[in-house]
Amino acid sequence: MDSQSDDDSHSNMDSSHAHLPHPHLPHPHVPGEHLAHTNRDIHVNALGIGLATGAYGLSFGAISIASGLSIAQTQALSLFMFTGASQFALVGVIGAGGGAFVAIATALLLGARNSLYALSLSPRLNLRRSAVPAAALLTIDESTGMTIRYSANVQDRRRAFFATGLSVYVLWNIGTALGALGASNLSDPGMFGLDAAIPAGFLALLWPRLTSNSRTENQKMWTVAIVSALVAFLLIPVLKPGLPVLCSALVAVAASLIWGRSHTSGHLDRMDQ
Amino acid sequence: MWPIVLIASLGTYLEKLLGYVLPHSLLERESVRRMTGLLPVSLLAALVAVETFADGSNVTVDARVLGLAVAFIALAFRAPFLLVVVLAALSTGLARWFGWMA
Repeated sequence: MDSQSDDDSHSNMDSSHAHLPHPHLPHPHVPGEHLAHTNRDIHVNALGIGLATGAYGLSFGAISIASGLSIAQTQALSLFMFTGASQFALVGVIGAGGGAFVAIATALLLGARNSLYALSLSPRLNLRRSAVPAAALLTIDESTGMTIRYSANVQDRRRAFFATGLSVYVLWNIGTALGALGASNLSDPGMFGLDAAIPAGFLALLWPRLTSNSRTENQKMWTVAIVSALVAFLLIPVLKPGLPVLCSALVAVAASLIWGRSHTSGHLDRMDQ
Repeated sequence: MWPIVLIASLGTYLEKLLGYVLPHSLLERESVRRMTGLLPVSLLAALVAVETFADGSNVTVDARVLGLAVAFIALAFRAPFLLVVVLAALSTGLARWFGWMA
């Protein structure tokens, strides 16, 4: 979901907030005969992104079961929460023995960026009121990234948004189900190194945020990441499970206060092209 | 467990909905954008550290470290997500199988 299918670098928000214009951007002013081509292009990309995130859903399903959630609870997260990083974080914190409050708070903090995605999508999609609740559910890294990529007109944007959102929704949920069913048949997930899949998954989620911006921006991201990891690491023996991760959010707050002033253009500005 | 699942799901859904219904000026401030962009970086990095080294409230170094190192290398070579996760799990599982590290 927030999976970073690197082979298809526009498939997530992080790459889109990094490099626009994308080299494969469709020509904005080509009328008529190219329309079908653009539609097919959107559908093919949406399916590709869906397949990549579906594969990633497999690992979420398996890890969720290994963290102690039931199959139904695992599926409920993919159906209703439907934002990968938050889902992973929730089961990660629960699996590590963190309390309910900490698990929920971590998931919400990670999901806060979806508010910004929705904010930038709202004028681009210009949806009827009745369509907003469904659109909100589908508002994730991938659908936002694709909407911004196909920015030629409102029809393209809507098509890109819903095609990607639905494709990811369906395949992510299928992946989750298969992963959960598979993992529930394992006697000891630890034996297969499934517990090591969890930090690897988080690192894979983090990676594009560290590597897909300008050099100076990447350095800042690395700094924030390393300091945050260090803070959490040092707090492990001091605080209850889960809390060290929550405390690391303060590093992001501090960094944004320190760098906020000198930084003139946020990523959403660059999306407006 | 169900209350956690449902409350967290409702909360993250409302976050998404918020962006569509709130007046834009509220979320458009540069400082808010900046912070929202950095939060995932902080939290994900912290999760990497904790999920690798924590055993409850104890710091341990076990075969998970090997898995993380393998994941790091795989990512540096631009491996796709699933491969990264599978390689990490495999290397940790193998290390345990051979009895290296706990």
